[in-house]
Amino acid sequence: MSALWESPFFGVTLTILAYWAGCKIQKRTGLVICNGLVLAVVMIIAVLAVFDIPYAAYNAGGSLINLFLGPATVCLAVTIYAQIDLLKKNLLPILAGCAAGAVTSVLSIWGLCRLFGLDRTLTVSLLPKSVTTPIATAIAEGQGGIVSITVAAVIFTGILGNLCAPALARLFRVKDPVAAGLAIGACSHAMGTARALELGETEGAMSGLAIGLCGIATTILALFFGVLV
Amino acid sequence: MKLLTQIGIIFGICWISTCIEQVLPFTLPASIIGMLLLLALLLARIIKTEHIREKSDYLLGNLPFFFIPASVSIINYVDVLRENLLALVAVCAVSLIATFAATVGAVRLTCRLLERGKRR
Repeated sequence: MSALWESPFFGVTLTILAYWAGCKIQKRTGLVICNGLVLAVVMIIAVLAVFDIPYAAYNAGGSLINLFLGPATVCLAVTIYAQIDLLKKNLLPILAGCAAGAVTSVLSIWGLCRLFGLDRTLTVSLLPKSVTTPIATAIAEGQGGIVSITVAAVIFTGILGNLCAPALARLFRVKDPVAAGLAIGACSHAMGTARALELGETEGAMSGLAIGLCGIATTILALFFGVLV
Repeated sequence: MKLLTQIGIIFGICWISTCIEQVLPFTLPASIIGMLLLLALLLARIIKTEHIREKSDYLLGNLPFFFIPASVSIINYVDVLRENLLALVAVCAVSLIATFAATVGAVRLTCRLLERGKRR
């Protein structure tokens, strides 16, 4: 039986199948919680558990897919570059908003982690969780965090932000589309941006810009994580 | 050949970035060095978006897919997750609201200051 999962092709094929099925279900249901990535992970874990397949056997193929994370992160530069005119037009408010958002995110997470008495490994896994997954995982890995916990926290925050963004905008009486878009992007990255796009074009573009800029700001802050924790 | 060149450009940037990461005295992840490097190359018009469009569309369009293996490794940390679940959820929810409020506040303040500056 183990011959079935001895080659790396097993992990790659299983991942592609699971992601394909996950995306199908997401499209069919249209629910934010039925996220393609979340569904795929649940399905793969279920397959590994049911057939008693060791994680290492899956990861022989999984690590090949992992290799592409770096190049994918590098390509985020293309999305920032595409919004460069918008950035130049509202330079100061955007920079101030993203800087304030990134600092507040990191400091509030740090404070809460101390409050709950979480250890260093968990704290550094959570600190970058408001930014987009590729940047967050790169930061967490560099600081010795647990990458999968970071991914879980990033996705959970994203889903929460996607669901709560309109309510938060009402709560803080945000009418300015620039402020609303930046705030949504700063606190819940791409999953929030999907909702910001529904609110309006400016909100969506601003939200997209906030993903990249908050990512860069958080990376710079991460250089001081060692001092914090 | 076109796609191969694009892969070459992006993987080349990744390779140079990992070399830079080794030399830097502080922890800056290679993928982020690469992102800043590519942004600089785009701004300097050394690389044009057309040079890497198909490859970057492919990578960004399927971005969630590339995270699946990293996320599956959560089965190795089920205990950690179960022990701290409430704390993890609370950290995510509270910091979300705080970040939203701070960003809105900063944008409002900057816009107000800019308007006051214009009036003078």
